[in-house]
Parts: sequence; structure tokens; C-alpha cells
Amino acid sequence: MYTQGLDQQGDSLKSVDEATRLAAFQKRIDAEDKIEPRDWMPEAYRKTLIRQISQHAHSEIVGMLPEGNWITRAPSLRRKAILLAKVQDEAGHGLYLYSACETLGISRDELIDQLLTGKAKYSSIFNYPTLTWADIGAIGWLVDGAAIMNQIPLCRCSYGPYARAMVRVCKEESFHQRQGFEIMLALSRGNDEQKRMAQDALNRWWWPSLMMFGPSDKDSKHSAQSMAWKIKRFTNDELRQKFVDVTVPQAHFLGLEIPDADCQWNDDTGHWDFGEIDWTEFKEVLAGNGPCNRERLQARQDAHDNGAWVREAARAYAEKQARRNAA
Amino acid sequence: MNDPQRFEYVVRLGDNALVLGQRLGEWIGNGPELEEEMAMGNFALDYIGQARLFLSYAAELEGAGRDEDQLAFLRDQIDFRNVLLLEQPNGDFGQTIARQFFFESYYVLFLEALTASSDKRLAEVAARGLKESAYHLRHATQWMVRLGDGTEESHQRIQQSVDELWRFTGEMFSGDEIDRWAVDNGVGPDPATLRPAWDTRVNEVLQTATLTRPDNDWMHTGGKQGRHTEHLGYLLTEMQFLQRAYPGAAW
Repeated sequence: MYTQGLDQQGDSLKSVDEATRLAAFQKRIDAEDKIEPRDWMPEAYRKTLIRQISQHAHSEIVGMLPEGNWITRAPSLRRKAILLAKVQDEAGHGLYLYSACETLGISRDELIDQLLTGKAKYSSIFNYPTLTWADIGAIGWLVDGAAIMNQIPLCRCSYGPYARAMVRVCKEESFHQRQGFEIMLALSRGNDEQKRMAQDALNRWWWPSLMMFGPSDKDSKHSAQSMAWKIKRFTNDELRQKFVDVTVPQAHFLGLEIPDADCQWNDDTGHWDFGEIDWTEFKEVLAGNGPCNRERLQARQDAHDNGAWVREAARAYAEKQARRNAA
Repeated sequence: MNDPQRFEYVVRLGDNALVLGQRLGEWIGNGPELEEEMAMGNFALDYIGQARLFLSYAAELEGAGRDEDQLAFLRDQIDFRNVLLLEQPNGDFGQTIARQFFFESYYVLFLEALTASSDKRLAEVAARGLKESAYHLRHATQWMVRLGDGTEESHQRIQQSVDELWRFTGEMFSGDEIDRWAVDNGVGPDPATLRPAWDTRVNEVLQTATLTRPDNDWMHTGGKQGRHTEHLGYLLTEMQFLQRAYPGAAW
């Protein structure tokens, strides 16, 4: 669901003694060769990818929560079925991405542990609440829309397993985005209460969606290295502008107002201008102070704890069966 | 309405699917493993799909201008016709598995019979549902055995769930005048005739799972006639919220 701007922390490149291998590696990258799990790769490349892919996987899994919140309350059977299918797709994305990450030499159990202990991050967007049904529309339209902007370039990422996983993920995400827009369309063509719900959802999700692209380029520490490694193809600000340019006309089509007084068409640049993002909010949510940070992690922790006896039973049964088969 | 018995019969099937689908959907975000969360979501989706087919058919039979959503979201529990077993809360993972196992063991037998229905619409839904339920039953059976024959804790928990839900299993086999109408018209089976095969399967699996079949044979009934347990009201309150809060809105 989300990747850009997750590449924030980590070790810098240390392996200077491996200059020759590094040069050869960079040559392959420059030639658009795909790097595969058994190939040599710099430790920092491996770490960057583990961090990025696992954060992406965790985002899919945590992202199931705000939407899952409305499965039991979806307003029609058709909407319920679509939402169930969507949330299931996200679980599926989580699974592929954990598998892609495991090719880099880390286990899913370790990754889940990093999520639950707060060592690994997930996309901050999911730390915002889904308060009305319109939020389900807004997530599909804006959050999945932003995710697609981030992810389409990742289909060409230099690391083979990640690139291939993203091809499938992107197909499903664009379906999700259309479904979200369709929910917004129904609301914006509905009664006054529904229109109000739609506008309120846009008001709350607009800025967090812009924050999904990460810090602005001047503050993005690891962008340059990730670009050189072709893990990343566009800068945060480039993608953010692209998202704004696509989304503003869609909001107008819906008859909704972008909650930004500075949002206007700029003839000179050929782009939509937009106002300054509240970077304090961005940092606070990242630091754990978003509206739902505690709830989201607690929900995953509870599921993990409540399921411990089930996983133990499955292990114990498998061991018994193995013993029986050996006897 | 020309065919009130048929309407009633189809609504029962639709409500079973709807209420079970709603319950299974509650597992999203709570599963013991990601794979199990996906499985529950998948089953929920199968059942919501079936509910739509049954309820839209029921609405056509009724001919009163209602659609699947009006039947799902604008009836109160007095008009719901699902069996009591399916509205019981999910409980822990084992309790959901036990509910799945008891119901799916019945439902595959029922759907198999329904594929031969004189009602072509029902026969078609049954054929599709049978494939889904065969898989659901395999999943539930595997977990019954793993939990029953897993650890001491899992054994105790799943046995408790079996004991807890047992009293709701008899209703699936208790027929009334609607079931008699279905038999007389070649629409569906006499539920009592499905019992022996269900007993055999359930006994086998319980034995493999090292679990004990409860000996209390007092059975609660009433769901098929609209007399429910207290749990259904809350399920409907949550499910019907938007349609009730914004009457007439299109979504």
C-alpha cells in the first residue's frame, strides 16, 4: 500500500573495502539488470530493501484495520462484498511482500516481531481513524491512489522479487482505487448528509495523503542512494506533485472542495499549486502520536496474543504427526 | 405473493448465509495467523455472495418491490429466519471453528440434496455453494483435529466450544411445515434425512480429534420461525446501522 518516505533511517554505506564488487554491482543496476536473491549485494542495499519491503508489508497488514472497521457496517451487500475482497487482497499483498522480504535472509516471525515491538514502522496514514462510511471511499480514492503513484515505479525496482510482487499488487490497487472513487461518487451524488460525509472525509484525509509521499526532497536523507540503486525512481516531491495533479480535478468532478486555500492551477508551471504541509503533524504521527497509533499496534498485538494457543496447537499437532509417521 | 412458502424457504437460506457471513467478517484484523484471517475473509465473502443470490431471488418471489438490501438491512429480527447456531458469537478461534464444523458438515449434505431441486435457481446456487462449502468443511475439519489433538489447552478450549454449541445443532435437522412443503414439491430435502450422515461424520472427526461428543441432546430451536437468541439483535444493529440512520439513501 505504501512505500515512499519509508526509507528514512538506517546505516549508511560502510563497505568501502568492497569497492570492486560495488562497482560491478552498480554497473548491473545501471544496465537495468534485476538483482536476484542469490546474487551478491552490498549489505546496505540488503538492509534498505528489508526495511522498505517489510514496512510495506506491515502497512498492508495494519492497513486492514481501518477498513476492516467498516466490514460489519457496510451499507449494502454489494459494498460489503467489495470491501471484504479488498481487505483480503491486502492480506495477500502482505503475504507476498513478507515472502519477498524473506528472500533477503530474514524470517516472517522476526519481521512480525519488529512490527509488534515498534522497531519497524508502517505507513502513518493508517494511524488516522475511519469515522464514517465516506472514509472507506476516501481511503480507496486517495490513499490507494497515492499508493499507486508510489508503486508503479517499483514494478521496475532493481530487486527482482520486489519488482515482481509489485506488478501483481499494482493491478489490484488500481481496482481498489476505482472502487473508492465509486463510493465517493455515490456519496457526492447522494443526499445532503452523504455529501457532507464525503466532504468531511476529504477534509480529514487530504493532508495525510500528501504526507504519504514522505518528507520534501530537501529533507529526505536517503533518497539519493535509493535512486542510485534504482529502488526508487522518482523523488518524493515529484510523486506528490503528480498525485495532486491527478487528484484535484477528480475532487472537482465530485463537487468537493480541496481543503487548501492555496490550491490553484498554475499556468506557468502547468501544475496545481498547493500549500505547505504541516510537517509537525507528520513528525508527531511518525513518532507515535497520531490519533490511532496505539490502537493499531494494540489490535495487532491482541490478535497475536489471542492466537498464540492456536499456533502452539498447530505446532504441537504437526510434531505429533511427524512422530507418528516416523514410528 | 403467489408462492409464500417458496419465499419463506429461500429467505431461510439467505439469512443463514447472511448471518454467518457477517459473523465471519468480524474476524478481519483478529486472526491467529494472516492465512487464517484470509481464510475467514474468504468464507465471509462466499457467504455474502450466496446471501445476495438467495435474497435477491426471495425479493423477486415476493414481488413487493423490495431488493436484496431491503431484505438484509430493513427487517428486524422477528423476520430473520436463520438457524440459531449461526448467530452465536465468534468466541475464540476454536469456537468459530466448532460452529463452522457443525454447520458445514450439515450444509454440504443439504446443498448436495439441493442441487437436485425442482427449483432451478436454487439448484444453481447450490452447485456453486457446494464447491465452496466442501472447502470450508475441509478447513474446519483440519482445525478440529489440530486443536483437539494439539496441546492440553487447545484440547480443553475446543471441547468447551463443542459442548457450548452442541445444543444448537439439532435445529438444522428439525423440519416444519415449510420443509414439508419443500419435500412435497421436490424443492429441498427433509432435513431429518440428513442427520445420519451428519452424525457419522461428526462422530468420526470428534474421535480423530480426541474429543467427546456431548451427551446432552436437549436442542434449542426457533430461529427458522423468527424466535432468536439475544445475540442476533446486536448483530443486526451493527449491520443495519447506515440503512437505518439514513433512510432511502443510495450507497
